[in-house]
Amino acid sequence: MTPLETFAAQFLHYSVLISLALLTVSFFIIVFRTVKGPSLPDRVVALDMLVAVGIGFIAAIGVFTGFYLYIDIAITLGLVGFLATVAFARFVLNRGLAGDKTIMDEVEDSIRRREAGQ
Amino acid sequence: MTAVVEIITGIMLVIGASFALVASIGIIRLKDVYMRMHAASKAGTLGSGVMLLALAIHASDLAVVTRAIAGVVFFLLTAPISAHLLAKAAYAAGYRPCADTKEDALAKTVRPKS
Repeated sequence: MTPLETFAAQFLHYSVLISLALLTVSFFIIVFRTVKGPSLPDRVVALDMLVAVGIGFIAAIGVFTGFYLYIDIAITLGLVGFLATVAFARFVLNRGLAGDKTIMDEVEDSIRRREAGQ
Repeated sequence: MTAVVEIITGIMLVIGASFALVASIGIIRLKDVYMRMHAASKAGTLGSGVMLLALAIHASDLAVVTRAIAGVVFFLLTAPISAHLLAKAAYAAGYRPCADTKEDALAKTVRPKS
């Protein structure tokens, strides 16, 4: 092995570790937003972003282990995440138009915050 | 040749993870759901797309590269659709943007406050 090849293998190893660490930090930040809310669409956006971070995790693990079959799992996860977001959007729309009490409380809260200038 | 591929893969992985981190910081820092959607659907999609392309470059195999490009195109197509759908549903349900959004042109037409 030439020195360049040794350096490249080391570099790839450490960049996979660094990217996994960055993804873990963003994962926890998104989980915090999912728990905190404050409204239902906020949580749906956070779950959508969680799927994107999951795809990043799968790609990094695929590079780490060398199993390129992981890319199929990533594409499938993206498809499921898209369908879940669409279903949640329909849910928000239907419940909002039907005047669901929880959603109406959050809506009034958002209107109040807009008028209070926050 | 392998060394160059490995270095490019590592750089792309770190770039993609940084974009995902920036997107999640945007999700926690921005003020209402419409602003948060910007961070999630633009930076988040770019982050996962770059990481998938890094996997494809590391594989250097036509089958994997084709699937990765198909996946990236799929994400680039679906992320704006889902974000737009969710924003439209949230606005139609009555959620209003925060006060930093000065103009709210639809306020009088979509569910005016009774």
